[in-house]
Amino acid sequence: MNLRLALAAVIELLGPVLLVVLVGLVSTTASASNEVYFLNALVSVAIVVAIYVFVGISGVISFGQISFVAVGAFAAGVMTVPVASKKGVLTSIFPLLRDHSVSNVESLLLAAALGGLFAFLVGLPLMRLSGLAAGIATFAVLEITHNILQEWTKIGPGATTLALVPETTGALQATLGALVAIVVAFFYQRSRRGRLLRASREDPAVARSVGVNIHLERLVAFTLSGALAGFAGALYVHLLGSITTEQVYLELTFLTLAMLVVGGLTSLWGAVIGALAVSGLDSFLSRAESGVHVIFTLNLWQGTRLVFLSAIMALVLILRPSGLTGGREFRLPRRLLRGRG
Amino acid sequence: MTVLASIDLQTLGDAFGLGAIYALMAVGIGLVFGVLRLVNFAYGQLIMAGAYTLAYTSGWPVAASVVSCFAVVVALSLAMDRLVFRPLRGSSPAVMLVTTFAVAFLLQAVALIIDLRDGQLGEVASSIAPLNQAVSVGGVDVRKVTFVAVGVAVGALIALALVLARTTIGLHTRAAATDFRTARLLGVRANRVIAFAVVVSGLLAGAVAVLLTVQNPFVQPDFALEDTIVVLVGVVVGGIDRLWTATLGGFAIGFVSVLVNAALPTDKTVFLPSVVYALVIVVLLLRPAGLFAWGRRATMERV
Repeated sequence: MNLRLALAAVIELLGPVLLVVLVGLVSTTASASNEVYFLNALVSVAIVVAIYVFVGISGVISFGQISFVAVGAFAAGVMTVPVASKKGVLTSIFPLLRDHSVSNVESLLLAAALGGLFAFLVGLPLMRLSGLAAGIATFAVLEITHNILQEWTKIGPGATTLALVPETTGALQATLGALVAIVVAFFYQRSRRGRLLRASREDPAVARSVGVNIHLERLVAFTLSGALAGFAGALYVHLLGSITTEQVYLELTFLTLAMLVVGGLTSLWGAVIGALAVSGLDSFLSRAESGVHVIFTLNLWQGTRLVFLSAIMALVLILRPSGLTGGREFRLPRRLLRGRG
Repeated sequence: MTVLASIDLQTLGDAFGLGAIYALMAVGIGLVFGVLRLVNFAYGQLIMAGAYTLAYTSGWPVAASVVSCFAVVVALSLAMDRLVFRPLRGSSPAVMLVTTFAVAFLLQAVALIIDLRDGQLGEVASSIAPLNQAVSVGGVDVRKVTFVAVGVAVGALIALALVLARTTIGLHTRAAATDFRTARLLGVRANRVIAFAVVVSGLLAGAVAVLLTVQNPFVQPDFALEDTIVVLVGVVVGGIDRLWTATLGGFAIGFVSVLVNAALPTDKTVFLPSVVYALVIVVLLLRPAGLFAWGRRATMERV
């Protein structure tokens, strides 16, 4: 490979990686009450990158990726609550789930496996669809997942809160988790399969005419995205320590999709930037809303946070429809590169 | 036996009532989609704004209250077009859709701030509540609002069909919905057609606000949010490319939800969403272009 291209590829990966490491490092210097905002931002990066792997690369809109986050979060949560306390809180659950627990890392892998498997099974029929039909069908998956998680008390806490989950997503695990998602997404999008899928996004008819099996390529990306989403869900539940089905439903779906579009739908760099920018803004506003001193003391009404957040998102999309990054990958400014020839 | 029959008729009445309201919303969403190719997720917040107007004008005469509801909704609809839809024209569908999410959240948050001024969440819109009383028809209790809803829906659809078929602006709208660029080249004024669609869509949202507050007078910032989501699903399932298939889709999803709810055993009704959305997936897989989009083969791009 051409040296220059290789260098560009390394830089393309280093941009998001270094940014995430930086956020992880800053989080260790923050006060305990502020740390959670940074960790939240890192978990958001993992979720948004997972969504990007399917939505961004294939160009097919999906409202269903949060179902895989939900499955991962509840699987990892239920399986890491200590057996001793499980008998008291999850009374109607299957005995198999009640009497076993797994370690933290095992729960992350389990969540990824379940998320991937679920996505594969769902994707098998659904990946034939595109456009709005795909959007609505994946949305139907989200509704069904939410409905079953909420009502079927044999597999989880149902409509009640799942509590007592070990809070193991600290600075190290959140950073590593986000990095895993970024690296997997990076190598997938540079692989042959990733490029074929990207070609089908740019022009489905031409891609098909040169022999791209669009259904298969979309299914691969959907499964990979589901596995990453399940993994991110496990990180999320281990960050929160307790979770309800409402926390992995509509609001998270809209917010994470908005992060992706605000950053720039068609690039990994955009997914990372969008997640960090929107959750950073959100954290700032919620600190301000609770009347805490942030740069200057603001004392906002309840609800003002959402007004500002949604107004700024709408403005970004109207002024820069291709997102903050313009949908491009990270690269150094031209002047720097020219010096090196 | 008679009990069973009466329950069935009652269910049918409810099904028609909900179907009619959803059909009105589907027309509102479908009209704007037709000319702008934009799925307006914030449509529910127009209805919510209308419902709040009804709540805050509860002390006024009913007619004045209803008129102000329509005025607020149409004004908001036009403002949305001018401030959001117009700058977005020509953007990708994903960007337009996500922007309308943001607008929906924005309006919801503004409503929350206005609502919380009195320290309590939610307002009551009570002036038209008498319509919620039941009348007995052949031994079946049907709420008056069901008749009003079906009547308004049928009336509005006939009126709209006449306008679209017989007037110049209707012709222009149909032309723009078929092929916006060619229509513009042939002298159709884009802004006028879009303004027409936006105003009609706003009027329909106002009507839906009145009908929904009769059934559920307790108005909160997420008023009509869930209904809007269901209607959006119904519109795509029916076939969003044409107004009539979209409308039928909206009607069908309301109608079918009520019937499925009645058919499920009582302890299983909590799984109603799963059943309805599983049906949605099956229909989309079998007929991706829309359940009612008969006789039109999906056009594939040729290189």
